[in-house]
Amino acid sequence: MEVKSEASGPKATRVKTEPRVNSENQTYKLRAKNIDVFYGDFQAIHDISLDIIDNSITAFIGPSGCGKSTFLRLFNRMNDYIDGFSMNGQILLEGQDIYDPSVNVEELRKKIGMVFQKPNPFPKSIFENVAYGLRIQGIKDKDFIEQRVVESLKQATLFEEVKDDLDKQALALSGGQQQRLCMARTLAVKPSVLLMDEPTSALDPISTAKIEELITELKKKYTIAIVTHNMQQAGRISDNTVFLYMGKLVEYGDTQKIFTNPEKDRTQNYITGRFG
Amino acid sequence: MNVKEKIIEKILAFCALVTVFTTIGIILILAIEAVGFFSQVSIVEFLTSTKWTPLFTQKSYGILPLLSGTFLTTVIAISVALPVGLTIAIYLNEYASKRFRQILKPLLEILAVVPTVVYGFFALMIVTPFLKTFIPELSGFNALSPGIVMGIMIIPFVSSLSEDALSSVPNSLRQASFGMGSTKFQTAFRVMVPAASSGIVVSAILAVSRAIGETMIVAIAAGQQPRFGFDPTVPIETITAYIVQVSMGDVPHGSLAYKTIFAAGITLFIFTFILNNISYWIKERYQEEYE
Repeated sequence: MEVKSEASGPKATRVKTEPRVNSENQTYKLRAKNIDVFYGDFQAIHDISLDIIDNSITAFIGPSGCGKSTFLRLFNRMNDYIDGFSMNGQILLEGQDIYDPSVNVEELRKKIGMVFQKPNPFPKSIFENVAYGLRIQGIKDKDFIEQRVVESLKQATLFEEVKDDLDKQALALSGGQQQRLCMARTLAVKPSVLLMDEPTSALDPISTAKIEELITELKKKYTIAIVTHNMQQAGRISDNTVFLYMGKLVEYGDTQKIFTNPEKDRTQNYITGRFG
Repeated sequence: MNVKEKIIEKILAFCALVTVFTTIGIILILAIEAVGFFSQVSIVEFLTSTKWTPLFTQKSYGILPLLSGTFLTTVIAISVALPVGLTIAIYLNEYASKRFRQILKPLLEILAVVPTVVYGFFALMIVTPFLKTFIPELSGFNALSPGIVMGIMIIPFVSSLSEDALSSVPNSLRQASFGMGSTKFQTAFRVMVPAASSGIVVSAILAVSRAIGETMIVAIAAGQQPRFGFDPTVPIETITAYIVQVSMGDVPHGSLAYKTIFAAGITLFIFTFILNNISYWIKERYQEEYE
């Protein structure tokens, strides 16, 4: 049983063995209801409903172009910037529709952090990268910022490697370090959900292992949704797996079950590498 | 066939070399005439005297009044062009819709193709009288009005080069910033502008270089009174305007007064040459960050 961070709402625990789809259980952090997504005339997502459980890791897998990144980016409204984007349906964060006109998108993104495919630190110092989220909130208290920066770097298991040169350019770090820096930057604003869009696809195996270890550790405090191309990765780290194909939800369930005994042939074929 | 190819190649090479030889020729003549000038006037006087009166009976050869005039109009121009140009670049890159950007950009470029003599006339006949309603003590010829008009002229330099710099910042940084909960404004000023800073600095330097070399506007509207000082409301003279004045007057060929334009010319050349090199160096040194 894990203890949640104070930022992630009133519920304190989660139960891993409960049914995961279409349950009214209140431990769902994020719920997607009848989602269609269009880019112009092209329909990228077809009527997907699914719920993401608090303090768990949900992996999104599927062949390129299946809509898994599009789906992930719905949760922090990053698709809003894409020309021709439109959608139907509802995304609920702790029961509130995040596409409601009254929602402040900036506030939403402070609650739902994102780590991207390619490490994208700002061309600033290591310290300033992590402090960025606090600075844009207008926080001026130096001691508070420093304490939060150190705490976040420790959380991202980067602190020991960089503690002596926090003023160094972030772009001078290795790819794996940059990605952990991006995680620290996201963690510094204390989100309750972490979205990760293929966070290790640009990294070497050792860096990948470190990030995976970190993600597993972060599960204790955060709800994590991760898009990955890497089947083994999904199998290793996730609690639940969503398999998408051509914008449709094929199968969603316990990772172990999906990987050992999937209900659908298509899932079976994809996981065993027969297509995709 | 083979001979024809060879001839074509020679013609192309000749065309390329013409420009190189022209440049070398200009520098050479500037240098030779300037050496002639400095054999008669000490370089110390040239650099330290605050009077420039080679055409008067009481002759004095201090470049400082021309430099201060050039400096004054250039500073005024860049303090108009940089904020406006950068704002336009940020607007085009971060806010404007694609369609609006496609319409606005070519319109902006028109500013750069207006003949400078039109700008000069505009400064003298329209901007100066207009400014006089706010600053009654403003002279009919002054540094302020041509400075402002020159600033307007070089806005497209700053805006289009800065926009190039901003649009070469990877989209992933913008996404990271939005993903952290930044507003558009925060993203533009805290992430995009700092990330494009080298390109923006280069655009400013090139604009300064353009302003230093600008001739017609200041020749028409700034007056022809070399004056050491930094008062923008009185008539001044820039290096370029002085060269125009002497070139058009009846100064005897080969006289010392005639040679002053080469001394002034080489001073001007050194400044623009240094600025262009600095901008090139910044480009080379800092711009491969995201490759």
